[in-house]
Amino acid sequence: MTNEDLQNIITGLGTDLEFTTEGSEFLNVIVPKEQLHSICSQLKSNPKLKFDYAFCITGMDWVPALGVIYHLHSTELKHEIVVKVMVEDRENPTLDSVHDIWQTADFHELEIFDFFGIKFNNHPKLRRLFLTPEWEGFPLRKDYVDEANMIIK
Amino acid sequence: MTNQEAQNKIKTEEYFINMGPQHPAAHGVLRLILTIDGEIIKNVEPDLGYIHRSIEKMCERDSYQQIVHLTDRMDYLSSHINNEAVCLAVEKGLEIEVSDRVKVIRTILDELTRIASHCLWWGVMGMDLGALTTYFYAFRDREMINDIFEETCGARLTMNYNVPGGLMFDIHPNFVKRTKDFIAQFKTKIPEYNLLLTDNVIFQKRTKGVGILTKEDAISFGVSGPVARGSGFSSDVRKHHPYSAYDRVDFKEILLTEGDTFARYQVRMMELWESVSIIEQLIDNIPEGETKEATKAVIKLPKGEFYQRVETARGELGVYINSTGNKNPYRVKFRSPGFSNLSILNHISKDVLIADLVAIMASFDFVIPDIDR
Repeated sequence: MTNEDLQNIITGLGTDLEFTTEGSEFLNVIVPKEQLHSICSQLKSNPKLKFDYAFCITGMDWVPALGVIYHLHSTELKHEIVVKVMVEDRENPTLDSVHDIWQTADFHELEIFDFFGIKFNNHPKLRRLFLTPEWEGFPLRKDYVDEANMIIK
Repeated sequence: MTNQEAQNKIKTEEYFINMGPQHPAAHGVLRLILTIDGEIIKNVEPDLGYIHRSIEKMCERDSYQQIVHLTDRMDYLSSHINNEAVCLAVEKGLEIEVSDRVKVIRTILDELTRIASHCLWWGVMGMDLGALTTYFYAFRDREMINDIFEETCGARLTMNYNVPGGLMFDIHPNFVKRTKDFIAQFKTKIPEYNLLLTDNVIFQKRTKGVGILTKEDAISFGVSGPVARGSGFSSDVRKHHPYSAYDRVDFKEILLTEGDTFARYQVRMMELWESVSIIEQLIDNIPEGETKEATKAVIKLPKGEFYQRVETARGELGVYINSTGNKNPYRVKFRSPGFSNLSILNHISKDVLIADLVAIMASFDFVIPDIDR
């Protein structure tokens, strides 16, 4: 399916969705964070979309917004899109978990929580995965400073 | 009182025990927190980070040429393929088309890397299940590949032979001959491997029907590589998104449907034949051409996002580069096959024996630095 066809179907799934293909090989869909879970579950269940394979889930710090990028693939229909969601609040960023839609998200959300501090509602057990529980701060944020261990050019 | 009645009278309760971080079957520093009832596993919770180096953060500080070197240290058994993933992503951003010569040499080395990696996995899989001999057989043959690598680029494990735009230098004059010698010899070794381990009754009883992974779960958990193909999920990047010279060679994607430990084992054993076949198709026809396209000393990718995936020996490695147009990337994410594959371990290890967990882990072929990054 071409990107235009995908865009036409996905437009109907929610409101205020932004579409862009600029600077990317995929169709990018920017989703408001309140609609993230409903859009994602429709992306998987809609018979014309069937995005069942979340092959890459990336945490991002777009200063000032934090966010998550979902690379999705349909194993049956072979098309791919990228879903982006942003959260402005840096003190207490919260998004809905999508682990009930793609179970791989369970681990990836732990990683994102560990490095970016984004909390996921309804996640079964949010915890530090790589770092120690007493670690302060979130290292992959752009404003993270560790004078002892980081070489800052 | 019969034995069964006595068994029923014994009061048992669940408790937890650490497997790792220095467990011999983990092949690295992976800590699993097992909740067990007697010998039966009720829950597996992986605790990662014992070899975490924050490679993604280091990438934000480094130039694109330097990033290639860091990727060796992720999946050190697929180092050449990891290097290639970053190089292909950078070449995609710069819109460079490398010569056919580079593509073919990269592909041959990819497959040699895959054979070397599968050899090591086969050796340690036998070892984990109590057959120490396999280790020596596998390392004897793997040594020949490492010698080829050493002659090609000076390194046996962390190759760094790929650079953005091509190869660091041309292949050694002996390369073709030594590779052909190796292939001729290795073809007589695979049947030997099968005789030694695959056909062994004890081995089959330890692996058949153990740790069954369904295709639906494999897709939902983002599993890839031989683990996914053992469950019938067609996920070979070489077939679906061909890179380098994979679009011009003829090979089968091995798919089995049983989804158990033995199926995952069989997929890798059959893949050895496919790798041999790919190398045979290419080794006599390495085209002439440039070994490196000219790139600027300081590479700056245009503003945008670049995603490149390759098939390592463990599955789909994705490199996501977000560039703002500077000499350093804004964000790099490595979608490592081991990390996604590990997420399914708890799901398929419920109600198995601890000894079976060792067999399941061996069939997943975990490389811990690849999971931790």
